[in-house]
Amino acid sequence: MKLLSFLFTSSIGRKVLMAVTGLSLVAFLLVHAGINACIFFNDGGETFNHAAEFMAHNWLIRSAEIGLFLGLLLHIVQGLSLTASNNQKRSSKYGASAGNANSKWYSRSMGILGSLLLIFLVMHLKHFWVVSRFTDAIQETAGSTLFDEMVVVFADPLPVFVYVIGCISLAYHLLHGFQSAFQSLGINHPAYSPIIKSIGAGFSIIVPLVFAAMPIAMHLGWIK
Amino acid sequence: MSKLMKLNLKVWRQKNTNSAGNFEEYKVDASPDMSFLEMFDVLNEQLIETGKEPVAFDHDCREGICGMCSMVIDGRPHGPKQGVTTCQLHMRSFNDGDTITVEPWRADGFPVIKDLTVNRSAFDRIIAAGGFISTNAGNAVDANSVLIPKDVADEAFEAATCIGCGACVSACKNASAMLFVGAKVTQLSKLPQGKPERETRVVAMVNQMDAEGFGACTNTGACAAECPKQIPLSVIANLNREYIGAKMNGK
Repeated sequence: MKLLSFLFTSSIGRKVLMAVTGLSLVAFLLVHAGINACIFFNDGGETFNHAAEFMAHNWLIRSAEIGLFLGLLLHIVQGLSLTASNNQKRSSKYGASAGNANSKWYSRSMGILGSLLLIFLVMHLKHFWVVSRFTDAIQETAGSTLFDEMVVVFADPLPVFVYVIGCISLAYHLLHGFQSAFQSLGINHPAYSPIIKSIGAGFSIIVPLVFAAMPIAMHLGWIK
Repeated sequence: MSKLMKLNLKVWRQKNTNSAGNFEEYKVDASPDMSFLEMFDVLNEQLIETGKEPVAFDHDCREGICGMCSMVIDGRPHGPKQGVTTCQLHMRSFNDGDTITVEPWRADGFPVIKDLTVNRSAFDRIIAAGGFISTNAGNAVDANSVLIPKDVADEAFEAATCIGCGACVSACKNASAMLFVGAKVTQLSKLPQGKPERETRVVAMVNQMDAEGFGACTNTGACAAECPKQIPLSVIANLNREYIGAKMNGK
């Protein structure tokens, strides 16, 4: 284990851990968006519920969920502590700043964007993950399925608003994070980097857009 | 001679490392053909004539190769132009009547000595930790006995153009020295002469960099955008690659 301690102590090691956990979360987002997009079949949630049922009861998926939470926790704790330590490296601040002249605002705001995502995530897990895993609240509050729970949650405009803000934060977080992860892992090449950046930009726009479309469509009653 | 420009300067004045420091305002008439440092020479002449303390600033070669002229001008190291040092910046890059803010590199790894002068010996200690090669003394070996592919030589040379000015640190929101360390590690690891210490070097230099109080890299790209020698961000990727490789080998 001593060999792997650099992942928590050295400036480069800590970024490697951010990159690896970040890319695993990117993989999770793809699966999550794909399954939830089943609501767009507009079949009363039948296809979606079927997929959700499979994800909830397949032992392989449930085991992977433990890894997902571990990765998420590492990404959050490491991200917050890295941001805090980086912010302490310049005690005397500049009188004039021209950040936009040499870098993108979202690349300098990963800590804030990540924190917004964390706030969204707490609300999101409370809405769907906690109720479906630990309680029988779904049965009590709404009909009987996760789809019914979505209908109930997104009838209220406040969660819809928070979810859309969450998706915007996710888009900008990914726009920097996706390509940045490859750079942290040492992958930067004139032939491959433009491809990685294009895929990253596409992913950062399409996936959050698909996610944001769900609460909006349900709130407006387009999905029944 | 061109018409003189009337400029308002806001310059950081700080007595020594431990004092607080503040901005002072000055008025200078400068020719558009002057370099930024020559404009500061004019300012200092004025200050001396009126019995005031001149502004301390670092400068040496005044031709863009020594890396001493560390000034953050309107929030950007070496001013608004790309690929130049402060001494290569001319007053024609500004307009008559402009207010220009001039401050030192700000980073905990670079403590201010006085006014615009900072102590960059942290870079020397990083170099001393591993920025060297081992070679046998005695007769010089034949230059053609060590074959180096042209593309490798070019990459090493591009990294070797780093003048160690510290603009990368001053531009980075984390005051990270990754572009500097990346350039040095890349230059030495690419060439056969640097291979024997390749793994111990990168670990030693990164450890020293962390110990000096520089931040981690967020890959914003500000360093490469402000580098007067236009060292590319790929040297940081190479540094990461070298470091991960060394760690995987248990170094």
